[in-house]
Amino acid sequence: MDLSLFLIPPAESARRKGPHDRIVMSSRVRLARNLKDAAFPGWAKKPERIRVLELIRPTVESLPEMKDAFSDTMDNLSTLDKQMLVERHLISREHAAKSAGSGLVLNHDETICFMINEEDHLRMQALRPGLQLKQAWTTIDQADSALEKKLDYAFSPELGYLTACPTNLGTGIRVSAMLHLPGLVLGEQINPIIQSVNKLGLAVRGLYGEGTEALGNVFQVSNQMTLGEAESAIVERLEKVLAQIIEHEENARGTLLEKKSKTVYNHIGRAYGILANAHSISSKETMNLLSLMRLGVDVGLFPGVDRSLVDELFILTQPAHLQKAHSEKLSAEERDLLRADMVRERLKDVRRPLAQAPGPPPGLDKPAK
Amino acid sequence: MMCCVCKEKEATVHYTQIAGDKIQKVDLCEGCAKSKGVNDPMGFSLADLLLGLGASQEIEQAAGGSELKCPRCGFTQADFKKAGRLGCAECYHTFSEALGGLLKTMHKGTRHVGKVPEALRQSRDLSDRVKDLQDKLNKAIAAEDFEEAAILRDEIKQASARLSKAGVA
Repeated sequence: MDLSLFLIPPAESARRKGPHDRIVMSSRVRLARNLKDAAFPGWAKKPERIRVLELIRPTVESLPEMKDAFSDTMDNLSTLDKQMLVERHLISREHAAKSAGSGLVLNHDETICFMINEEDHLRMQALRPGLQLKQAWTTIDQADSALEKKLDYAFSPELGYLTACPTNLGTGIRVSAMLHLPGLVLGEQINPIIQSVNKLGLAVRGLYGEGTEALGNVFQVSNQMTLGEAESAIVERLEKVLAQIIEHEENARGTLLEKKSKTVYNHIGRAYGILANAHSISSKETMNLLSLMRLGVDVGLFPGVDRSLVDELFILTQPAHLQKAHSEKLSAEERDLLRADMVRERLKDVRRPLAQAPGPPPGLDKPAK
Repeated sequence: MMCCVCKEKEATVHYTQIAGDKIQKVDLCEGCAKSKGVNDPMGFSLADLLLGLGASQEIEQAAGGSELKCPRCGFTQADFKKAGRLGCAECYHTFSEALGGLLKTMHKGTRHVGKVPEALRQSRDLSDRVKDLQDKLNKAIAAEDFEEAAILRDEIKQASARLSKAGVA
């Protein structure tokens, strides 16, 4: 099956709605599991990895929620396909580097994804738009409970689920949310926030996870510790912290509009100006400017423009997605030209931002506590 | 700033590395830097940083000087030092002594709390039940309530049979 035919059109995924989605772009819960009788993927020889893959893959495919799923081995996917999956946050960069002996099973609406023989034998994740950590946990918990009946997991009553890296030991869970925080970045409050979140034992990462920068003011917040705390407690703890970050972001936006409105309008106006008129633009610059435009939509400077227009461009302008839309191999310079063409075309009917936000700042998106 | 290893001399070598989830900053004096192999990037292992300085020494000590090797998968402490990951599920048993300290620094606790595979939970519940019934049986016998004891004995027999059927005695 051709992966690009299977994947949801970016226009559709950008229109998905969820609670607090003006700040929380997506929620994710990932579980790490291993089989009792095989070496972990990083240490197993190729025949053993293939044996594990051939055992796990059909079992995952047989889950009712994986009906009509996309399923393949990593050596059958092109570098471009793998990169597209990374850009959609469906697989890790580590998994994209895998080949024979590793596999992928992805359901049709891209809400459940299984990586086979990544760092662990099985990494499964549930994704949801907006802030829906509990729902994501329930989804993946059910899939895991169905799988444990057929797969012999490595589990110790003392240490929990045994994982290749001791940092995932115990529950093997990583609960995370992707946050758009332009207010905190512009208000120069992001560093203290990151520090205090770190102190709570949570990690803050960039757009593509571990060791990446926060392009487009997008940050991932996730739990770090997996042993000694139950899954539900971790989910709840993260929810509490996220509620606070959301509140801080809303307050930062409010304060900026009140006290530094010119600075904010200037940033947003310039972002629009470049995006709507550039003839060559890098992926990184595009993301950073799109982030400002997204803020502009949120505060009402672009009446009639839906946030999904920006979110769709967030996906479409990334290198692999851009390359996929063209048959010939593009150089980075060519991509920059085509990216600018595409963004100009998409923003053709978007009028320049209002000189100031209409009325008082729109109602704060405060989560219930 | 003092060297964070010997805590005696002034630190002159400063090292920042993002290892896994953590940003690690290490300040060393020249002597310690040399002995840790900081000047040789290949020798300065990620695992040392990831798992805290001295992690590999801990493992070496736990092995009693000789190279500890997992009987199941052949993974050694040197491999762990290099990769920061283990070889197989059995490695947790093989290297348990050394891992204990690491897990303490890494996690909230050292005992698993949370989800347990259903099959295991059932057999755990069953064995709890057998224990419970056994206590009741002893009490009944002590109280010379033999009618009750007979009922309890049958229940224990049933529960034990189910337990051994589940494969975990």
